[in-house]
Amino acid sequence: MKRLILVLVIMAACGVAFAGQAKNAIQIKGSDTMVNLGQAWAEKYMESFPAEFVAVTGGGSGTGFSSLISATCDIAMASRNIREKEIALAKQKGINPFEIKVAMDGLAVVVSPKNPVSKLTLGQLAQIFTGKISNWKEVGGEDKKIVILSREVNSGTHVYFKEHVLRRNDPNSKEEFAPGALLMSSSQAIADEVAQNSSAIGYYGMGYVSAKQKPIFIAKDAKSEFEAPTIDNVINGKYPISRPLFLYTNGQPQGLVKKFVDFILSQQGQTIVLKTDFVPVK
Amino acid sequence: MRKVKEFIIEKLILICGLASIFFVLLIFLFLLKEGLAVFKTVSPFKFLFGKSWYPISEPAQLGILPLILGSLMVTLGAAVISVPIGVACAIYIAEVAPSKLKEILKSGIELLAAIPSVVLGFIGMVTLVPWVKSMFKLPTGLTALSGAIMLAFMAMPTIVSIAEDALYSVPKSYKEGALALGATQWQAIYRVMLPAASSGILAAVMLGIGRVIGETMAVMMITGNAAVIPQSILVPVRTLTATIAAEMGEAVVGSEHYFALFAVGIVLFVISFAINVTADLFLHKRH
Repeated sequence: MKRLILVLVIMAACGVAFAGQAKNAIQIKGSDTMVNLGQAWAEKYMESFPAEFVAVTGGGSGTGFSSLISATCDIAMASRNIREKEIALAKQKGINPFEIKVAMDGLAVVVSPKNPVSKLTLGQLAQIFTGKISNWKEVGGEDKKIVILSREVNSGTHVYFKEHVLRRNDPNSKEEFAPGALLMSSSQAIADEVAQNSSAIGYYGMGYVSAKQKPIFIAKDAKSEFEAPTIDNVINGKYPISRPLFLYTNGQPQGLVKKFVDFILSQQGQTIVLKTDFVPVK
Repeated sequence: MRKVKEFIIEKLILICGLASIFFVLLIFLFLLKEGLAVFKTVSPFKFLFGKSWYPISEPAQLGILPLILGSLMVTLGAAVISVPIGVACAIYIAEVAPSKLKEILKSGIELLAAIPSVVLGFIGMVTLVPWVKSMFKLPTGLTALSGAIMLAFMAMPTIVSIAEDALYSVPKSYKEGALALGATQWQAIYRVMLPAASSGILAAVMLGIGRVIGETMAVMMITGNAAVIPQSILVPVRTLTATIAAEMGEAVVGSEHYFALFAVGIVLFVISFAINVTADLFLHKRH
């Protein structure tokens, strides 16, 4: 009974707390790729407008869309476009997803610095991640089994990589990640595993690359140049795996949300994009 | 006046007691309602024995055999490690240890139970995983074995404390009788105490296993989460629990994937229900 009372008191307190902050707070949720970027935006924004509060959480693009649809967040961050199914579901619940492109991102494919392989074509990447090439020696490396690291299915990065690298933008393709691919719960988990495992290969937004991982130079096909995942190469379109990053709101942004979105698209907001190793859209 | 008070208190307690059953029932009904919907698109046989789990592809492939086997592999591994150690530990605490040491050991075990599973998972990720990788010369240390070792730590407190209870509740006269007949200490434990407490010890083992199969966070962090049918304990696996935890956030409410995850929940519920009922049967056999 005492416990019951305690629970009720806590619930009441939470209710009060949420009700109190709802008026000048923005909830942002979604893509793990964009969490650092979102945080950076939120921090700078709150410095300029201390009376307002912006909360940023990750979970994956799909998570962001589900919360936008269930109206538990104001802005969803996404590293992929919203799907037809999701739009249909949103419409059912009276939500009208509105897309705003806020940045570009290069997807880095990384291996351990100890791995001698340093360049691959898109075709080789597709074969590695679908499991058709399973030993590093087939692409000029040591005689070692390739350990494939992928993101979980709730990740926009996972979906993007599957559609654009494994399936080469072919909507009829049935290619899948090799069943033996390890599904990691975050980009950081992939970064950590690649850092300590010399036979692993993984992929994530190029903002996550540090000195402990080596980004692979990638060519569109055997005839093209191998390009590094750098901001310049993404802007001039030479690097073959880059993608747009989006914010989704319920209808045209209004009020606080509009103020925040305008801030993101301003000079100041786009400078933050560059600072967090993404590519500005303006 | 006093009678009225008694009456009110009695009924209040009754309501609290019924509430727990009521909630379990509601949860189960909700699980069934959401989970069974998946069988409109995929047959139960294909769902349980399908070998591929690609929930977000078009068309989705919803076969949970690799997930079931992954869960079983990790659970069995954890049982093989934790049962002998746990039971031996319980015997030592109940029968052999001097009373001071006994108290220290008991509080140590309780402390082990108090470590949050995410912390254990994290420790496993940075210490155990690299060790397993270099020890067995594997391409990756994120394997079923790593998960099994970590989960063994989680099952141990349950096994030790319940098994110790069971040994403690064997009447003193049994042991004294055995010793009086000239049995050594070990013979008395092995031939008399263990058989007498066997149903309680079995219940302890079952409850420990029940704890392991439902564990999520630690296994998600250290088993690699690859949905393949495991050929040995040294390969990555994906468990039922980790699948639900990792994918529920993504699943669009009302989609095939969403229903499939609830159906995975039903499977998990049935497994742990069966384990708990078995444990209960053993416990009641004792009385």
